Amino acid sequence: MVDRLFRRESGRAVATLIRVLGDFDLAEEAVQEAFIVALERWPDQGVPDDPTAWIIRVGRNKAIDRLRRERVLAEKRRLLDASAPAAEEAIDVSVGELPDDRLRLMFTAAHPAIAPEARVALTLRTLGGLTTAEIARAFLVRESAMAQRLVRAKRKIREAGIPYEVPQPEQLPARLPSVLATIYLIFNEGYAASEADELVRRELCAEAIRLGRVLMEMLPAEDEVAGLLGLMLLHDARRAARVDEAGEMVLLTHQDRSRWDKTQIAEGVRLTQRALGPGRPSSARPPGPYALQATIAVEHATARRPEDTRWARIRHLYDWLLRVQPSPVIELNRAVAIAMAESPQAGLDAMDRIDALEEYVHMHAARADLLRRLERREEAIAAYRRALELTPSPVEQSFLERRLAEIDGGPGEE
Amino acid sequence: MKYLLALYGEEGGWDDVTPEEMQAGMKPWDDFSRAVTDAGVFVAGEGLQPSATASTVKKEAEDQQLVTDGPFAETKEQLGGFYLLECENLDEALEWAKKVPLTPPGSIEVRPVMDYSEFGYDDPNAKVGETAS
Repeated sequence: MVDRLFRRESGRAVATLIRVLGDFDLAEEAVQEAFIVALERWPDQGVPDDPTAWIIRVGRNKAIDRLRRERVLAEKRRLLDASAPAAEEAIDVSVGELPDDRLRLMFTAAHPAIAPEARVALTLRTLGGLTTAEIARAFLVRESAMAQRLVRAKRKIREAGIPYEVPQPEQLPARLPSVLATIYLIFNEGYAASEADELVRRELCAEAIRLGRVLMEMLPAEDEVAGLLGLMLLHDARRAARVDEAGEMVLLTHQDRSRWDKTQIAEGVRLTQRALGPGRPSSARPPGPYALQATIAVEHATARRPEDTRWARIRHLYDWLLRVQPSPVIELNRAVAIAMAESPQAGLDAMDRIDALEEYVHMHAARADLLRRLERREEAIAAYRRALELTPSPVEQSFLERRLAEIDGGPGEE
Repeated sequence: MKYLLALYGEEGGWDDVTPEEMQAGMKPWDDFSRAVTDAGVFVAGEGLQPSATASTVKKEAEDQQLVTDGPFAETKEQLGGFYLLECENLDEALEWAKKVPLTPPGSIEVRPVMDYSEFGYDDPNAKVGETAS
C-alpha cells in the first residue's frame, strides 16, 4: 500500500515541498523520510484520511529538523528562518484542500534552459518518483552518469535562478511545448523497442501517460495537451500486438487488431476530437503538431483491416504536419504514406528527396521495404544491411534479419 | 539576482557610416537602454570596440604573463558588448535578452552573477558597489 502510494503521490508531495522549502534535494529527501515513517506507523495506526497531506506535513517537519541539525551553514539557517512561517501557512491551508504544485514542478523541470535529456531525468525523478537507478537503466546510461546529470540540472535551477512557477498565460505558448516534448520523450523512450529492461520501459509509457493526465487536469483548455495525451493513448493501445509470442516485432499491417485496447482507443479518439474539434476554446489557432499526430494515429487505430487504412488522408495530414513542424522524420513518414496511397515508386522518389537521415535506421528499413516491393533485390539487401548496422535494438535486429533472409534466400518473396 | 548578458555577434559594418546612419543604427540600442532603465533592472552596460583592438594577457604561471595582440578566442562571433541587469529570476533575464537589438546572426549569453554570501563569505566590496550604483 505504502509502496503504491509512494509512486503515485510522491510527485505531489515533492512538488509542494520544493515550493515550501525552496530546495529540490531537501524536498526529495524529506518525502523519502516521511514515507519511511509511514511504513513504520501506518500498519499499526492505520492510513490517515489524507495520506498525501500527512506525507507533506511529516516531510516538512523532517526537513526542518534536518536544517536545525545542520545549522553550521549560514545559508541553510537563513533558508529555515525564511521558509518556516511560509511552511506553516501552506500546511494550514492544505488540510482538506491541498494546493497542487505539480504544474510548477513540470514547468521548472522542463525549462528550456535545462538540457533536454536532463529535463526528462528530472521530471521522472521528482514527479514520477523513479529512482536514479531506474532512470539510468531506462536510458541505458550508468547510474553515476545519470546521478551527475541530475545534480547538474538541480544546480542550474538553483544557481541560474530558474523560477519555480507556472508561466503567465501569455508565455504559455512559448513554454508549454518544452513540457509536452519532455513527456513525449519519456513515452517514446518507453515505446521504442530497445535492449533495456522491458518492465522499466512499460513503466516509462505508463508514467508519461500519467503525467499527461495530470497536465490535462490542470490545463484542460490547452488543445495540444489533449492532443499529446490522445496520441500516447492511441500508440499505447497497440502495445500488446506489437510483439508476438516469440518476442518478435510485428509491423502495423500484420498486427492482430483484436489485441488492440479498444477502451484506450476510444479515449484517444475522444481526446483527439477535443484537440481538433470546432468547439475547442483556442480554435482561432491552427491545430498543433500533437493534435495532428494524434489524428494520424486515429486513422490507423480505427481502420478495421489494414487495407481499410485511408492512406491518402494520412498523406495529407502529414503535409499539414510538415507545415507546422518541419522535420526529416515526418518527411519520411509522409513518403511511406505516399508509397501506400500511390505507388512504391512514388514513395521512393519522395524518400530520395530527404536529406539528413543517413544515420536513421527507419529510413533504410523503409527504403529497403519499397525496393523489395519494386523487386530491386540487390539495392533492397544493401538497405536492410545498412539498417541492421544502425539499430542497437535486438528486437529490430531480429526483424530486419528475417526480412533480409526472405529476400536474400531468393524466390521466397511475399 | 544579477545577470550578465554577453552580446556576441559578427563584427564590421560600422567602418564608413554617415552620422545619420549612425544615429539610425543606434536608435534601437537607445530604446533598449531606456526600456531596461525604466523597468529598474539596468545596472550597467557598454558596447565594446572591435576585437581587433583587444589585447590578451595570458597567465601561464604565477610569474609568467604573456601579452598578445587580439581577443581571447578567434571566432566568427565576437564579444561586442554587455549588459548587467538586476532581475527577479532567469525567465525575466531571458525575456530581456530576447529583446536585445543585436543584428542577426548573433548570440546573447545569459549568466547569473555569483552570490558569494552563499558560501558564507561576506564580501566587503559588495556594499561599496551597491551604494555606487
